[in-house]
Amino acid sequence: MSSNPQNILQVQNLSKAFLGVKALDNIQFDLQKGEVHALMGENGAGKSTFMKILMGLLKPDSGEIIFEGEVLKSNNVHENLQKGISMIHQEILVVPELTVAQNIFLGRETNYRSWLNDKAINQKAQEILDLIGVKINARTKIKNLSIAEMQMVEIAKAISNNAKVIIMDEPTSALTDNEVAMLFKIIKDLKAKGVAIIYISHKMDEIYEITDRITVLRDGQYIATKNTNELDKNALIALMVGRQINDLFLENNSIKGESILSVQNLNKKGKFKDINFEVHAGEVLGIAGLMGAGRTEIARAIFGLDKYDTGEIIIKGNKVEIKSPEDAIKNGIGYVSEDRKALGFIPALSIKENISLSSLGNFVKTWFVNVSNEHEAATRLATDLKIKSTSINQKVMTLSGGNQQKVVIGKVLLTSPSLVILDEPTRGIDIGAKFEIYKLINQLTDKGIAVILISSELPEILGMSDRIMVLSKGKQTALLLKQEATQETIMQYAVH
Amino acid sequence: MYLINRLRKYGIFVVFIIISLILSFISPQFLTVSNWTIIITQASINALLAFGVTFVIITGGIDLSLGSMVAVTGVTAAMLAHPDTFPVALPIFAGLLTGLLMGIFNGFIITKSKIAPFIVTLGTMTIGRGLALILSKGRPVSNLSDSFNFIGGGDVFGIPFPIIVLIIVFIICSLILKKTLLGRYIYAIGGNEQASRASGINVNQVKMAVYSISGLLAGLAGVLLTSRITTGQPNAGAGFELDAIAAAVIGGTSTSGGTGTMTGTLVGVLLIGVINNGLDLLNVTSYYQQVVMGIIIIGAVVLDSWNQKSNS
Repeated sequence: MSSNPQNILQVQNLSKAFLGVKALDNIQFDLQKGEVHALMGENGAGKSTFMKILMGLLKPDSGEIIFEGEVLKSNNVHENLQKGISMIHQEILVVPELTVAQNIFLGRETNYRSWLNDKAINQKAQEILDLIGVKINARTKIKNLSIAEMQMVEIAKAISNNAKVIIMDEPTSALTDNEVAMLFKIIKDLKAKGVAIIYISHKMDEIYEITDRITVLRDGQYIATKNTNELDKNALIALMVGRQINDLFLENNSIKGESILSVQNLNKKGKFKDINFEVHAGEVLGIAGLMGAGRTEIARAIFGLDKYDTGEIIIKGNKVEIKSPEDAIKNGIGYVSEDRKALGFIPALSIKENISLSSLGNFVKTWFVNVSNEHEAATRLATDLKIKSTSINQKVMTLSGGNQQKVVIGKVLLTSPSLVILDEPTRGIDIGAKFEIYKLINQLTDKGIAVILISSELPEILGMSDRIMVLSKGKQTALLLKQEATQETIMQYAVH
Repeated sequence: MYLINRLRKYGIFVVFIIISLILSFISPQFLTVSNWTIIITQASINALLAFGVTFVIITGGIDLSLGSMVAVTGVTAAMLAHPDTFPVALPIFAGLLTGLLMGIFNGFIITKSKIAPFIVTLGTMTIGRGLALILSKGRPVSNLSDSFNFIGGGDVFGIPFPIIVLIIVFIICSLILKKTLLGRYIYAIGGNEQASRASGINVNQVKMAVYSISGLLAGLAGVLLTSRITTGQPNAGAGFELDAIAAAVIGGTSTSGGTGTMTGTLVGVLLIGVINNGLDLLNVTSYYQQVVMGIIIIGAVVLDSWNQKSNS
């Protein structure tokens, strides 16, 4: 491979194995000055191993990384940072009690004075923030910032390190649409200044909006590098999964039945107002809206995680009082949270123990949990849901995001719910697992279970729902039938 | 490799065996039935407290009031245990009930106020000590009936009664932790409290239960101690909570919650007992004993964190 002088970074024949299993096999990659280069692949394709090697967190088994014409030898984080390779992590790593400036210069304070000199770093930090056009005061404490603003601080930190390459791992996963627009403006400015960006995201729309080239990895192998404008979405998916997925969304032909849940005039001050809807057996009700529109808040109130002020929740014709998730589960409601880590599972417990957690009472005989019944039930669900693991006793913290999500779904299904609320069920999981979740939604409705699907991905909402409720700033702005809904109409109501 | 992994998993048990072997070589009295009877009898008070606090620590909490509860419950029992007053069941029952009520109080404040268990039980620790001094007017309560003194000093078929109590309580606590709904919920809450609530677990109920159990067992320890020393001492039990927490931690219970076993705690209790006993036999003064104990506590936690790293 000839080295192109435009290339700031060139990776040749990079390989890495863990315990004999090849995580990366002969990877090729090149990055040009001033380009945004998408790195695509399903979970487990080797993206994060590759990024860890670039950051100097892992040592490759073989292959070369050439940075600015020079072979990177040492592979140590500190040195790579100094040379100009920075990463914006998916989970933001900032110290909440320190100020913006203190965070930007964390670990490098003495570059300015031998004593801590807040004045100098405040000034320097403010210069950088102004440079990238971010309206944040360098003296503000991090804890007072939004997640998007924290991300901007991370970018400022990278720039203060004279970053020439910035790796962004799912940078928009917690941002609102406005904030995404702000991030993209900054990315464009950085590009113009010659900074190269490696952009990792599962969101197709973003890839097509912001990136110049796309490199695809699959199962640790280098598959292809293409110009973004020459690769259409279906071709990209085919490269990622190694097969063609024509009909990602399946037709839901189940017959709609009785009313399972009816919500009447539900109110919670500052969160949502006058919410009215009904879901029937075998029906998928999609809930669309921008971040902060109140989608998750409504779900949490119905499931008893938060209190609501006024309104009625009617299940199968009976008015019910739901004061806790315990009450909700007793009334046949299951909730798969958008925040899998915080609300979904117990990391140190096994797959089996997590799946049985919500229905463990059913396995108690006299005083003790009947372990063999529990094992049997959990095994059945793990098999049905195709959870990939060495054993059902494997701890959930060792599983991939998609498999963790399946464990959470398994837990909900074991309670035999008549209504399942899925809140961003496919966030952060790869396309293969997404497809399985769509199939699962159809299996649920076939069994006569009602489903509420909350999602930020409009194609998902449009593809899966029978009816779509649109929220805007806590108010219900539309209730559309599948036939009348398009991305455009939903967006119109969402910004109402 | 397999062997090393096994050894790691049972690290503290192996340490226990090795130290016991070394002591039996150095001191001929060490490996005798009578010496072990003494070790276990002496360890029984700490064991009861450690079993209770193991439940609490696995949920991610802590109970600093154990030592004070031993004093209050001991004094309460002693005041009702004078000869020719009440049947022996009454002082025992009163001691247990007092412990249970204090445990319920801890649990109630912790679940209702959302104040950290460290602070709440620090408060009850001081309250309890005060109550013990008030009840006893600051003086030891002595002149207890023979039947009461049997609990801590008597034996059945040659086995000291405290050892029998220890074995029964150990079996019950192990069963609760391993086999019951409550046990599973205790692990779940310590592993991720929010997710436990979202899974339909009544988190407050479980927390109430663990602090109540901890109080009840402290009451039992108080009765046992009072009977053994044949006096209700308002100053008894000072620092016992730290020994109990140390035993649980040495036995592999993580103070961040979610992990731990009763068997581990039992080994932790016995290890502390064996080391104290061995150092006594070797005529090491109690000042040095404290230094050794501290080193072992830190060593155990370091060992545990290595294990966790190698597991992940």
